[in-house]
Amino acid sequence: MLSSWRARLGWSAVRLLLTVVVVLGVFGLFLWGLGRDPIKAYQDTFRLNILNPRGLAGVLARMAPLLLTALGVAIPFRAGLINVGAEGQFMMGALLGTWAALNLEGLPMGLHLALVLLAGMVGGALWAAVPGVLRARGWVNETITTLLLNYLAPLVVGYFVFGPWRAPELAFYPQTPEYPASARLPLLFGTRLHLGFFLGLFFLLAYAYLINRSRWGLELRTVGGNAEAARRLGLPVERWILAAMMLGGALAGLAGVAEVAAIHTRLKLDISPGYGFMGFLVNWLAFANPLGILIMAFLIAFIASSGFTLQITQRLPYAAVNVLMALILFTVLAKPLAQRGKR
Amino acid sequence: MAETPVLRLVDITKRFPGVLANDRVNFDLLPGEIHALLGENGAGKSTLVKIAYGFYQADSGEIHVHGKKVEIRSPRDARRLGIGLVFQGFTLIPAMTVAENVALFLAELPWLVRPKDLRKTIWEASQRYGLELDPATPVWQLSVGEQQKVELLKLLLAKARILIFDEPTKVLVPHEVENLFRVFASLREDGYSLVFITHKLREALTCADRITVMRQGRVVGTVRPEEASEESLLQMMFGERLVEVAKAGTGRVPGEPILELRNVCTKPIGTAPGLEDVNLTVRAGEIVGVAGVSGNGQRELGDAILGLLRITRGRKIFLGEDATHWPPRRLIQRGVAFVPEDPLAMAVVPWFTVLENLALLDPRRFSRLGGLALDWSGVRQLLRAGFAKLGLNPLPERARAGTLSGGNLQRLTLVRELNRPYHLVVGLYPTRGLDVRSANAVRQALLSAREEGKGVLLISEDLNELFSLSDRIVVMLKGRIVGEFRPEEADLTEVGRVMTGAGVVHA
Amino acid sequence: MSWFLSWISGAILYAAPILFPTLGEAVEQRAGMVNLGLEGLMLLGASLGFAVSFGTKNPWLGVLAAAGAGLLANLIYAWLVVHRRAHQLAAGLALMFFGIGMSALIGKPYVGQMAPVLPKYAPTGPQSLLFRYDPLVYVAFLLAPLFWFLLFRTRFGLRLRAVGENPAIAYAAGVSPSLIRYIAAALAGTLAAVGGAHLSLGITGTWSEGMTAGRGFIAIALVIFSRWNPLRAIVGALIFGGAVVLQLQLQARGIGVSPFFLDMLPYVLTVLVLLVWGRGVRHVAPASLGRVYFGTE
Repeated sequence: MLSSWRARLGWSAVRLLLTVVVVLGVFGLFLWGLGRDPIKAYQDTFRLNILNPRGLAGVLARMAPLLLTALGVAIPFRAGLINVGAEGQFMMGALLGTWAALNLEGLPMGLHLALVLLAGMVGGALWAAVPGVLRARGWVNETITTLLLNYLAPLVVGYFVFGPWRAPELAFYPQTPEYPASARLPLLFGTRLHLGFFLGLFFLLAYAYLINRSRWGLELRTVGGNAEAARRLGLPVERWILAAMMLGGALAGLAGVAEVAAIHTRLKLDISPGYGFMGFLVNWLAFANPLGILIMAFLIAFIASSGFTLQITQRLPYAAVNVLMALILFTVLAKPLAQRGKR
Repeated sequence: MAETPVLRLVDITKRFPGVLANDRVNFDLLPGEIHALLGENGAGKSTLVKIAYGFYQADSGEIHVHGKKVEIRSPRDARRLGIGLVFQGFTLIPAMTVAENVALFLAELPWLVRPKDLRKTIWEASQRYGLELDPATPVWQLSVGEQQKVELLKLLLAKARILIFDEPTKVLVPHEVENLFRVFASLREDGYSLVFITHKLREALTCADRITVMRQGRVVGTVRPEEASEESLLQMMFGERLVEVAKAGTGRVPGEPILELRNVCTKPIGTAPGLEDVNLTVRAGEIVGVAGVSGNGQRELGDAILGLLRITRGRKIFLGEDATHWPPRRLIQRGVAFVPEDPLAMAVVPWFTVLENLALLDPRRFSRLGGLALDWSGVRQLLRAGFAKLGLNPLPERARAGTLSGGNLQRLTLVRELNRPYHLVVGLYPTRGLDVRSANAVRQALLSAREEGKGVLLISEDLNELFSLSDRIVVMLKGRIVGEFRPEEADLTEVGRVMTGAGVVHA
Repeated sequence: MSWFLSWISGAILYAAPILFPTLGEAVEQRAGMVNLGLEGLMLLGASLGFAVSFGTKNPWLGVLAAAGAGLLANLIYAWLVVHRRAHQLAAGLALMFFGIGMSALIGKPYVGQMAPVLPKYAPTGPQSLLFRYDPLVYVAFLLAPLFWFLLFRTRFGLRLRAVGENPAIAYAAGVSPSLIRYIAAALAGTLAAVGGAHLSLGITGTWSEGMTAGRGFIAIALVIFSRWNPLRAIVGALIFGGAVVLQLQLQARGIGVSPFFLDMLPYVLTVLVLLVWGRGVRHVAPASLGRVYFGTE
């Protein structure tokens, strides 16, 4: 049984590799068609983002929000729920975290930061609780509501950023005042790498352990695996649905507040280049498997960072990297799913 | 008989994994007749008509339509030959109107749909056969009886001449049944040929021109109603098993009541009946069997006891306490165990391992460090001890539940459910679809539960099983308990008669 | 009063680019597919339409190019979803990323440029100066009843809705669910891209990255708000257009009301509408929406 498991892992590795080769080939042709040198572009990307320690740190810094939003999708997924709302939960986490950052100043260093992060988690959890309650009650499907709330969240943030919390000294660019030092996540080694990455790793490990080993993980997976059986076993199905949504929201919210507290240091509207959606895809590519999430988060983070390299070295708009991301997804999606038997 | 049958099935054989559903079945349908197909659940009636409709392919045998041999590979082929089937679960789109549902299946629908014309066509057809229906009503607003009319309309307007109904009366109330039979009669007048499946003797006797009885995948015989009686049909349906049954009745005196239902009512959901004024007591050391044709409220009875279905009136007393509105969890903790009909759907998580599924017995019991960890060695112990207690070899602990056979899954469920402190076992068709050995293992487990002084409620449609295990048998029909028997005093014919609604006995 | 009239006039103008994708998505969802890629399709249409209009000096060729590109791009989505049985949400997001990326590449040389825009025409009447629109606005508002007719009065529409409700039953009735879904996706892709092109060629006359500003997602919300009915989609689009214009007007007058509450209107309304129907939604939303159809046996 173990050997077949290894064989399967080996096969997925081969398939992943093939996918990467195919996609790089197609994107290379694409670059070539645009009059760029694909070989050099790939060389630069690799050199600047993997071999260069600063570049690698940048990739890891991007992994932080991706790990957390992917987990924010993975936990509800294990309970049989589809959370497309990590993007909104990310924003709301940043919002409530900012409230704590700006209003609880004066607290001791560590305590303030802890409260800011906690507030971020609460923000994301509350935002996710709305679809959670609606689904648990059997009123509205969570896919629709989480999706809708994604577009409400930036508007709520916008209200505060343009209105009551707007920093007076910056008239042209609407954003809040800077986080006080006691509310910032420390950057490490003078790079963009910050504590959020380790928070992400910590929660990934916690997820990997708890989902498979703890009583809560067992019950949550039972609700997702067979809701009818869970009901007949007397498990509180509705409560688990709500809990899974809120836990997921909390982690996506943490991603949001960590991103602001470490990188941007102020709340503004463009703090997310779609981290919530990317997290959805990371989880989807990894099928909620912890190791898979780690690998896919790295891959997506690497691609996102490559966008900047291409911008500088090839004079391509940053958004061009989305084409690369889409090509990977198309290739993966076009494969007959192994999951098909699971239905 | 000079007439050529419009439909003739010759030596049809169909095998499903583990079951021979049809064994060289011969059946013919004459022009302008109503032909009843009678038999117990699992006799192979549904399979036979689905083969005629192209829904299944026969392993061997021939189909002749109007005297010509034909190949029917899909429902589309069948419809082209003028064969229509009304399924038990309907094939209507609830969100669409009657007119739209009918139009979808019209052979010559113009590209432009004129609602007025459509409504007129439907209205005319429905008037002709007394199927009063408003074409503009969305189907989800219709009662089950009305939905059946829509299905029939669909067939008529699609120009089917051979109409097959799979248990059409199962979901209907009595006056709707009368209506349906009147419709059948007027269709016969117009030259349609009809087949309908039933297990109610009376319906077959009153409505059909000929009755074909099936038992265990074979045709027992075809008779005319005027030559048949309820007794002779029952004899055909149940066969020699009427004699061979070993009866339980040990004359043991049961103990204190464990579960009492007093005038319990529930709301009907969809096509399923609600419970109506159910009174039932299960005592310690007693097996109470619940007989009935499936779909007459047995599942609802089980769910009401397990706390999964809200009791709208009446009371449920468990161990002397009012448990009417206890949630499932509380009932389980107080000692209600449940053995389901289909463990894969109702009791286990398919991609969990045996060990994980076993831990679901009570995750709290195995939780360590306040839930942070689980005591897997405790679960392993249970696996070994539990299986040993049932005299079985333990299943491999890492096997995924989804890969296990039905029998092994049921053993897993038994080990899980009967290894906690419990006082009452509810078995909901626990041996359905199991091989003989696994079924016996389940029965043995229920018997030893009785020996230990537990109460057992056994819902089953296998009369043999009920007669050989139960101390008492109650019969359910349309959500009510309509009869009560002691196996040693009753015989299968009597119970069968009550089950099929032939006569109501009050014990 | 003139303020009010110009508000109405503006609302109609801004309703058009959102009405196109909403109508397309309504048809697509009626066929059982939810497509999160609208935003990408709109951007693709906006940039390609602009580029072609700039190069050929003919805005109509721009619209045509956008329509073709949207159609082709959405066929990728349809192929993934119908043929490869891919997850609809994931396939939609992939399409979104594709559109965002492609539009940025296509549009890069044209940032800050002006292209020939669509000519404006007015109906005759007293307010004709105020209510001058390019033809696409008229097309958008004519398409709504046309699509209603298509969905509810034609055989094709009946079959399309049947596929969205229950592909197995549709198949049993002799309909090919795959073909229907390809056609629906082709329509939706075309319309979404035309909506984007209308934004760049009918309203702004310029291209900037990400200029659709989430309209692709608002369209999805509007589909739900309008209960998958093309006629009600007009109402939804007008509410959205009205909110956009009101906010522009308030900004122009320097009134310090936050625009964000206005922007929230469509979403909040949609969530409320969903809540108010409660369980009623079951019979309104296409029943097979988002599910993979594996065929019969």
